Amino acid sequence: MSIDKFLNQSSCAWMSADGPQSDIVLTSRIRLARNLKDYLYPTMFSAKDAQEIVNKVEEVISRLSDDSPLKGVEMIRMNTLDPLQKQVLVEKHLISPHLAEESPNGACLITDNEEISIMVNEEDHIRIQCITSGLQLNNALDIAFSVDDQLEEHLDYAFNEVRGYLTSCPTNVGTGMRASVMMHLPGLVMTRQINQVLPSLNQLGIAVRGIYGEGSEAIGNIFQISNQITLGKSENDIIMDLTTIVEQIIEQERTARQQIKNTAGVQLEDRIFRSLGVLMNSRIIESKEAAQCISDVRLGIDLGYIDNISATVLNELMILTQPGILQQQAGKTLRPFDRDVRRATLIRERIRMGDHA
Amino acid sequence: MICQECQKRPATMHFTKIINGEKTEFHLCEVCAQGKGNLFMSSFESPSLTINNLLAGFFNVNPNYQDTHPLSSSQTLHCNQCGMTFEQFLEVGKFGCAHCYEAFADQLTPVLKRIHGGNWKHSGKIPNRSGGVLHLRKKISILKETLQNLVAKEEFEKAAEVRDEIRMYERMLQEGEDFDVH
Ligand SMILES: [Zn+2]
Ligand SMILES: [Zn+2]
Repeated sequence: MSIDKFLNQSSCAWMSADGPQSDIVLTSRIRLARNLKDYLYPTMFSAKDAQEIVNKVEEVISRLSDDSPLKGVEMIRMNTLDPLQKQVLVEKHLISPHLAEESPNGACLITDNEEISIMVNEEDHIRIQCITSGLQLNNALDIAFSVDDQLEEHLDYAFNEVRGYLTSCPTNVGTGMRASVMMHLPGLVMTRQINQVLPSLNQLGIAVRGIYGEGSEAIGNIFQISNQITLGKSENDIIMDLTTIVEQIIEQERTARQQIKNTAGVQLEDRIFRSLGVLMNSRIIESKEAAQCISDVRLGIDLGYIDNISATVLNELMILTQPGILQQQAGKTLRPFDRDVRRATLIRERIRMGDHA
Repeated sequence: MICQECQKRPATMHFTKIINGEKTEFHLCEVCAQGKGNLFMSSFESPSLTINNLLAGFFNVNPNYQDTHPLSSSQTLHCNQCGMTFEQFLEVGKFGCAHCYEAFADQLTPVLKRIHGGNWKHSGKIPNRSGGVLHLRKKISILKETLQNLVAKEEFEKAAEVRDEIRMYERMLQEGEDFDVH
């Protein structure tokens, strides 16, 4: 699988929106951090060590059995990519900004459907990531564990009985696992309940990240909720606790949506269809406005106002309207204004394409 | 307001990034904001922001720690595998190698407790191969419990079988540990 495939592929497994609760939960992600016991960690290792590690992992992949999802997956070395290509992989959530920008001897492996990716020489020697649609952390963990077992068969991990998997950063030690759920929470944002929900989560050892614009609304109303504690609890317990909390947030979000529909139904409907109008008709659109309109239309689909557009199209748009991907598709770097024009065109085309979903 | 990144163009993009309730404000021009765009949109955690906050001031907050470990000793404390000093670790927030965990073991427990809600000991997955001996130990402790139950119920025949099994695993453990050392 060559790098071009990922750069040009517009859709991937999680975008299908076929997982449980995928109207509110976009993705469930599991990340496992692992290190090799015989090498210094990325803060201290030499370029020679780093290259050796990449080669070693590449060799292990080549030895995997035919039924492994990683069989035949090609190692992509960061120093063979130009900045725009790296940006595309970041925007698709396949690699981290850290790997793209601060790991000259880094590399990655990505499966065809973009469900599994492995970063080599990021903050840790190995980071295994699995992304699935909707709320299914268990499923994502099973897949990540299976990849982990396959690698461990041939690699000597840094592990000890007391501290568990010895990660580069003490915030990941123990299980080395970060489980995260990406949620679309327009109801909680519109009713301002989000301001009470988020602080209470922090007290439960749950981290929340949102991207905030001016005022209180998160861009696109997308929040990422993940475990903070990685030590002293088993992977399954961490996932169970997180799932319970996410299910409670889903309940609150559904209640909030119903509240708005009951008390301000016409205004809500107006907002949703105005946003649809913008997406279908604008000729120039900035990423922030696009994100907000995509959020409104997604809510319109969930509440049954809009039935001729699929959530899959919106998932695709969320990813494809980012600056790096737009420029990659254009085959050249673009000024912000030109990006806004291309973004508007892309959205109009995609929404018309998905019209009969 | 001027862009905090390039210090040249006017800042037109204003972000507030909130991680764990901790607010960081960004005032950027459009050019720099686009460059940073992926950092904002990325779903990957930015470790430098979180860990430095956690470690910063840690050793000022805990007076007991400084009593038992005077600063002079922690300055020379270092890992003999990778050369990282404990001071460096506090500054960078990352270890230099796996051995750092042993080199800084005494200092580490309070740090880990603070980060992980009071926890300091792993209770998750054990790797199949590297954790071979641990798997045996876990198995033995489960069998010992079974044995006690059987004895309590006076099921001596079954108890004898379990005892043999435990002996077998203990032999394997012995060999495993010998193997580990060499
Ligand atoms: Zn600037
Ligand atoms: Zn070290």
